[in-house]
Amino acid sequence: MPYEKRADGREMNELRPIQAKVGVVPNADGSALFGAGKTIAIAAVYGPKPLHPAHMKKADTGIIRCEYNMLPFSVTERARPGPSRRSKEISMITENALAGVIDLKRFPGTVIDVQIMIVQADAGTRCAGINAAAMALAHAGIVMKEMISSVAIGKIDDKIATDITKEEEDYHDGEGPTDIPFTITSNSKEITHLQLDGYIQTHRFKESIEAAKIACEKLNEIQIRALKGEEIDENKEKEK
Amino acid sequence: MTEEKQEEANELDQEKTENSIEENSKETQSNEITEDKSDNSNAEPQENKETESLSEPTNNESTHSESSIPKERKLVIPGEIIVSAEDNLPGDFTRNQDGNIVATRYGLAETYNRVVRVIPISGVFEPRRGNTIVGRVEDINFSGWSINIGGPYNAFLPLVECPRFINRNNIEDFATVGDVLAMKILGVKRGSVDLTLKSRGLGKLEGGRLIKINPHKVPRVIGKEGSMINLIKENTGTEIMVGQNGFIWLTGELAGEIKAEAAIDLISQESTSSGLTEKVEEFLKNYKDGEK
Repeated sequence: MPYEKRADGREMNELRPIQAKVGVVPNADGSALFGAGKTIAIAAVYGPKPLHPAHMKKADTGIIRCEYNMLPFSVTERARPGPSRRSKEISMITENALAGVIDLKRFPGTVIDVQIMIVQADAGTRCAGINAAAMALAHAGIVMKEMISSVAIGKIDDKIATDITKEEEDYHDGEGPTDIPFTITSNSKEITHLQLDGYIQTHRFKESIEAAKIACEKLNEIQIRALKGEEIDENKEKEK
Repeated sequence: MTEEKQEEANELDQEKTENSIEENSKETQSNEITEDKSDNSNAEPQENKETESLSEPTNNESTHSESSIPKERKLVIPGEIIVSAEDNLPGDFTRNQDGNIVATRYGLAETYNRVVRVIPISGVFEPRRGNTIVGRVEDINFSGWSINIGGPYNAFLPLVECPRFINRNNIEDFATVGDVLAMKILGVKRGSVDLTLKSRGLGKLEGGRLIKINPHKVPRVIGKEGSMINLIKENTGTEIMVGQNGFIWLTGELAGEIKAEAAIDLISQESTSSGLTEKVEEFLKNYKDGEK
């Protein structure tokens, strides 16, 4: 059976209903919540602050330290808390995706701590995490060249679909699923992070880059609106 | 230690600041102040400016200084295009990207003399020479105290910067770990902040409690020429010392302390709303003990 229609009734290039809000963690220097459909991430930023242990210090620049974690109840089968192989990988790619846009040279020898918690997971958690982290960094008054937003583009069977869900990620008919998370800067449209899990033809890959750019533009608009004080919940808007 | 004393101390600062080289970017600010200040007996240049201009579009309390009213200010997000770079120059926290002036920090954008800059509204304390700050002793070593002042770096108060004689072998007799001090920043070098106690109004703060707010909200807590802080002091019977790093030390009767803390909390939550002084006045009038 070919993949014609998406399970949740979305268009192929449509994002899930987005949720976004800043200032959800009052104790942090900056914080944000970002949700796409059933995926919800919270990010909190602390710093720049003195760095311990001192051997990690860099004399000419500060560093960014990200920590991605899924909460035990975020998935149906309890996720064991603490660092795992997967969460360490995602922490690292988040760090690399963000490091390109933030000005770390401003405070040498310091650290910016970014903590990302996945409250509820339904695929695309790393993208939700990066989106939340970018908003939290901006909210924390960190000097940034531009914003970044992140989206997972999938090739489900032979269709390019934007912002895929867990259900789509598990679709194994036809050509099967391919999951490509992108992180793209808001102004210069540069890619700061890209992963690919599955198989894809070169020309289809080019298509997916275009789809990602369009989706990220929409996401960026939402991030800006949220940072300007709006509390966005497209789930509720739909109900009305 | 009273606010008046701090203000006096700050008056001295102002002179220093104007002469200092590192304050290059702030030059426009200090100019503005000398232009439109009818009297100079108030807080730090940076503070003043911020206090005034933040309250201007909203509060009626600012009657003089018409000339310095910066036109409209709008909230910007990093990467957001503020204006075209054709007739404007990029100032603080902005950059020129493909012919547009783009914000690089979350804050309020304003244009003054064709220079576009972003005034930060969030973020950690950025230490500058001459800032009066409140900090807590973290560690003691043979030559002085290591002090937590918030922000990116820990600060150091050398023994020689203490105005009275202290026996080298008994440093902790003057201040030990956990004590709160009011200090001034002597200088900021790469990765280290040096402090001094040698100025009027500085020294150890005995007893009381220490609360922390965002340093960008300090001007609102102090208010125009200290109006807000005096209001709180009068209504709660407390002594309050506000550091520019967002550390606030207060002492008095327990009930008064709690009341003052609640008022400061309110200010930092509603720092962008209009008529803040009236709101706080009302809050203090209607405040009942034990109420949050």
